Amino acid sequence: MTAYLLRRFLSLSLSLVAASLVIFLVMEVVPGDPASFMMGINADPAAVVALRTQLGLDDPLPLRYLSWVAGLLQGDFGVSYTYRVPVSELISERVAISLPLTLYALALSTLIAFPAGILAAAKRNSAADVSVMGATQLGVAIPNFWFAMILVLVFAINLRWFSAGGFPGWEAGFWPAIKALTLPAIALALPQASILARVMRSSLIDTLDEDFMRTARAKGLSRGQALRRHALRNALIPVLTIIGLQFSFLLAGGIIIENVFYLPGLGRLVFQAITQRDLIVVRSVVILLVFAVIVVTFLVDLAYAAADPRLRRRRA
Amino acid sequence: MTNNPIMAAAVSILALSLGLGVAPAMAAKMDATIGMQLEPPNLDPTGGAAAAIDEVVYANVFEGLTRFGADGSILPALAESWEISDDGLTYTFNLREGVKFHDGSDFNADDVKFSLDRARADDSTNAQKALFADIASVDVVDPATVKVTLSKPNGSFLFNTAWGDAVIVAPETAADNAAKPVGTGPFSFGEWVKGDRVDLVRNPDYWGEAVRLDKVTFKFISDPTAAFAAMMAGDLDAFPVFPAPENLVQFEADPRFSVIIGSTEGETILAMNNKKAPLDNIKVRQAITHAIDRQAIIDGAMFGYGTPIGTHFAPHNPAYVDLTAQSAYDPEQAKALLAEAGVSDLTLTLKLPPPSYARRGGEIIAAQLREVGIATEITNVEWAQWLEDVFKAKNFDLTIVSHTEPMDIGIYGREDYYFQYGDADFKAIMADLANATDPAKRTELMQAAQKKIADDYVNGYLFQLARTGVADAKLKGLWPNSPTQANDMTGVYWEE
Repeated sequence: MTAYLLRRFLSLSLSLVAASLVIFLVMEVVPGDPASFMMGINADPAAVVALRTQLGLDDPLPLRYLSWVAGLLQGDFGVSYTYRVPVSELISERVAISLPLTLYALALSTLIAFPAGILAAAKRNSAADVSVMGATQLGVAIPNFWFAMILVLVFAINLRWFSAGGFPGWEAGFWPAIKALTLPAIALALPQASILARVMRSSLIDTLDEDFMRTARAKGLSRGQALRRHALRNALIPVLTIIGLQFSFLLAGGIIIENVFYLPGLGRLVFQAITQRDLIVVRSVVILLVFAVIVVTFLVDLAYAAADPRLRRRRA
Repeated sequence: MTNNPIMAAAVSILALSLGLGVAPAMAAKMDATIGMQLEPPNLDPTGGAAAAIDEVVYANVFEGLTRFGADGSILPALAESWEISDDGLTYTFNLREGVKFHDGSDFNADDVKFSLDRARADDSTNAQKALFADIASVDVVDPATVKVTLSKPNGSFLFNTAWGDAVIVAPETAADNAAKPVGTGPFSFGEWVKGDRVDLVRNPDYWGEAVRLDKVTFKFISDPTAAFAAMMAGDLDAFPVFPAPENLVQFEADPRFSVIIGSTEGETILAMNNKKAPLDNIKVRQAITHAIDRQAIIDGAMFGYGTPIGTHFAPHNPAYVDLTAQSAYDPEQAKALLAEAGVSDLTLTLKLPPPSYARRGGEIIAAQLREVGIATEITNVEWAQWLEDVFKAKNFDLTIVSHTEPMDIGIYGREDYYFQYGDADFKAIMADLANATDPAKRTELMQAAQKKIADDYVNGYLFQLARTGVADAKLKGLWPNSPTQANDMTGVYWEE
């Protein structure tokens, strides 16, 4: 197990180095000078030059890359060009919204998908199965931004139960904050739940057809007992993969939802930073997301091992 | 909407699972939440050009020697009065006494000297450094008197000191103004939640008339649909520059809201690359201007909001000359001019930045140009790309952009400005204008400048951008017009 962990750690570090280089270079070829963006079209050219020097944009490329990476290693993400505050501060403020939103959406999605998927698989071809499958078909097909707008229309504009968006901050209390995240979480969760429910159903059905299930039934277990004790655990592997993928997708990909609900999350930070050419923010957030994806993939691997002892033994 | 069975089902399921009640009624309101589309990159108006900076802090947090009134007039601010020497070279400002910065320190002549010297310094990052170019020296006479000596007379000097870029800052706090602005205004800085909002709170020690709101929150909502939803849901009290003109009709029909239409300093133009063939031929440029039906663009792209212009000047300015007839819509004349210029099978690039006036307007202009035989290749670009490609590299034939700075006709005197005009005669007019202090003479010169660029068909002049605002019907005192980019909250109050 130690050797395995070491190997994983090494490949993780290599991926990060490669990613940092690619991200840095890609940002360099994107047209657009942060200084001229900040100064606008009526600005004095001398002032733009002064600002470029002040921001360190005239330093040679390798020097800027190395100083960025050196900073990252010490947990220093640099200073945002536009906001002029440490990037780490910006990111942590945004993660405080995006991470809970992601987890909230993931929890909702799992809570909806598991029972729905299990029900559909257990009662295959019944009316329940058909309605679950129909609903999930719809859930996959509906774009989440459209669904988000419908939620705003119904619950914010017509019923006035919720704000149309925004975030009061965690200092406003747990419930107000959770309330502000509820509509966005639902909008994010429903399409994910639909996918997850379908995966859960087909995975369970595959497992139910396996030999060991017949054996379990032959030993005298009821259909429900066999499903709970043996099938669920085995059907979890593909489901875990999807949950892992969904986590990364939601964390970075909540950007449209964050725009619809004007939540100051990570997605919106990147979006805004790209349009403003706040390259140092873009680079840092992207490398952080890459890191998050790698870590989550690693955790999902560990979860496989927990769910399936055979995988654990093979690796040990 | 609930006639739809799927919607009805979704609504009832969500309603049941959430079971949340209606918000309690509000007590007498002493605060206002104002929507803005763009978030300011920082809060220092002397260190960046973003309009959003002034939209938050101008007149609210920071004040200059003079200031813009709601109608664009120049009013006294931190300078109570001033004397101008007969040769127009010396301005003696009498400062208000008893004024304090938000950190409690006193405002005096030293702060004025510091601010002006800082703005015009060699390493200054003030985006409007040119405003201070004629200052030869700033001298402190006594704590309440400052003498500014100019190197040559400048008729716009009091106008220049009213800009957000010319606000007075304190030496101890100037460096931190980007994140924690400290000014002398009626509101002091409260909190900035990046990506979300800026809070300003009433300054109890304000020297002037006390403001009627305890707190103002500027909330940043970039998406037009979200902006609409936030207004409708009552999350915002006003959106002074509402980003979606197509929704205004709906607000107008709703008694909860008032729609405030005013004018801005934004001349929206079809800029042409004057040095690039065949646009270096005045006949081709003239042909393009005659091919354009301004009203069709205003109706189609701006839902009818906007005033046609024929030159680069705001129609609400007393010196404005209506020159729209000179480039009136006349496709036949346009075709004739193109034939005269010997141009056929013309294909031009049209690069469009993100605002809807440009994207929507560009499509309409492309169709209008096609009518006279000019094909266009449309490229949509984002702002940073526009700045790099169009503005800096001048790699374009046509582009659409709104120039929103007040009185910015001077850009036509810049040789290497992106539309590459820089005509010598025009520069001479500008030089005379800078030296003129007599109002009649100034008007005459400003009109000559307007005529000169219209005669040279430098750009296609489309329309003056309207300021289309939406507010709670009970919120009063908002600026209808934008003589400068600001949300002056000093006169805003709730009607009982």
